[in-house]
Amino acid sequence: MEARTEERKVKIREFLGKFFRNHELKDEEDIFALGFVNSLLAIQLVGFIEKEFGVAVEDEDLDLDNFRSINKIEELVERKTPVAV
Amino acid sequence: MTTSTLEAPTADTAAGAADPSLRLEASPSQRQARQDCRAFVEQHIAPFAGAWDRAGEMPIELVPELRRHGYLGSILPADVGGGGVDAVTYGLLTEEIGRGCSSVRSLLTVHDMSTLALLRWGSAQVKEELVPVMARGERLGALALSEPGAGSDPSAVTTTARQDGEDFVLDGIKKWTTFGEIADELLVLARLGDRLTTFVVSADAPGLRREPLRHMVGTRASRLATITFDGCRVPAHRQVGRPGFGLSHVVGTALDHGRFSVACGSVGIAQACLEASLDYAAERSQGGSRIAEHQLIQRRLTDMIAGTRAARLLCCRAGYLRQEKDPAAISETMIAKYFASRTAVDVANSAIQLHGAVGLSQEKPLERYLRDAKVTEIIEGSTEIQQISIPRYPLQEL
Repeated sequence: MEARTEERKVKIREFLGKFFRNHELKDEEDIFALGFVNSLLAIQLVGFIEKEFGVAVEDEDLDLDNFRSINKIEELVERKTPVAV
Repeated sequence: MTTSTLEAPTADTAAGAADPSLRLEASPSQRQARQDCRAFVEQHIAPFAGAWDRAGEMPIELVPELRRHGYLGSILPADVGGGGVDAVTYGLLTEEIGRGCSSVRSLLTVHDMSTLALLRWGSAQVKEELVPVMARGERLGALALSEPGAGSDPSAVTTTARQDGEDFVLDGIKKWTTFGEIADELLVLARLGDRLTTFVVSADAPGLRREPLRHMVGTRASRLATITFDGCRVPAHRQVGRPGFGLSHVVGTALDHGRFSVACGSVGIAQACLEASLDYAAERSQGGSRIAEHQLIQRRLTDMIAGTRAARLLCCRAGYLRQEKDPAAISETMIAKYFASRTAVDVANSAIQLHGAVGLSQEKPLERYLRDAKVTEIIEGSTEIQQISIPRYPLQEL
């Protein structure tokens, strides 16, 4: 489980890192507070989550807290990922 | 449903194997769809576009024809009633329609962009009741975003929404709403307290008034309207997306599609200018020879050809990424829109220059093409907005 969590964080970090040039983003860092996020990144982030992790981001998931940091995004993906039987 | 042909490497062509196949060509079904669309445009649109432009309105009778041929909602998934075409095909169809008439292309732009946003973020009831009829083109959609004081900065909208019992009540004025005069459903950005929120409002809702807006420079037949919301009541289930996400996600989804549509339509304008110019250069004599033999004309035509081709390739690339649901599709679409709209203006300018006085007259559609091309540099994010947005995105590899 932990390995999967870390694997997801690596992918999220890599995606966000492309936008945050010259800034090493920490897992708990608030990306909104850093001032890098605009509406275009916000919608691209939704597309990334859906494409990369195969989950659907829905209306009820639209809460800034779900996208605030690498940790929060990973938690959202974890919640949206069907549990393997 | 057709498929995109800019294909990802397969097992046979993966790293290590020689892979000569960066293919950028339309599939047989895409070519066929384009050919069918061109025939439709030649029969139902292009011969009348000038008259519609002069009259200031596209006739409503065209809507059933567009519906019958599957051009309204063609990008919507088939399982909700749409045409289910892939994004590359959609781009090619949009180019063909834009080649014939930018106002008709505008109808498809605003209808499809608003319907896609509802499909993505609408409530269960909206998805069940409204999306299918819109996807089939039985009800027309439009985006009511701009206001007299809010254009390139839509976060400045002053239209308000407030909750009143089970409903929301909207007050404010939207301006320059493309096809706002005849749309059945309007996707409206409003301020709910301090949170930008989107609603889908039926055009016959009590408290909604619309007045036609005429005499614009270009896309004159696109039935623009000023829309006034005066205590307009909207049922709660017609809120689209959560409060605070109306601009970033709902309108963002709509505009992302709109940019793709406008980009492809711009290529259509450039192509129309190019074809007219090649024909004219071959028939017009000056100084004892066809002007096509003049080197300055050849140079001009070369720039027109190269620009149009490059814009189309950017659109195809954006279409491919869109089909793949690649997150980079948003920035690649923006680049395509930026380049294609500027190319359309350049190519239309060149076409008029090449035609001389004829180009300035209404004998040829070139002056309309130039006016319509200029509009593409303003709508769905102006050239200047693209210039400040594109560098914010990571560089993509081809």
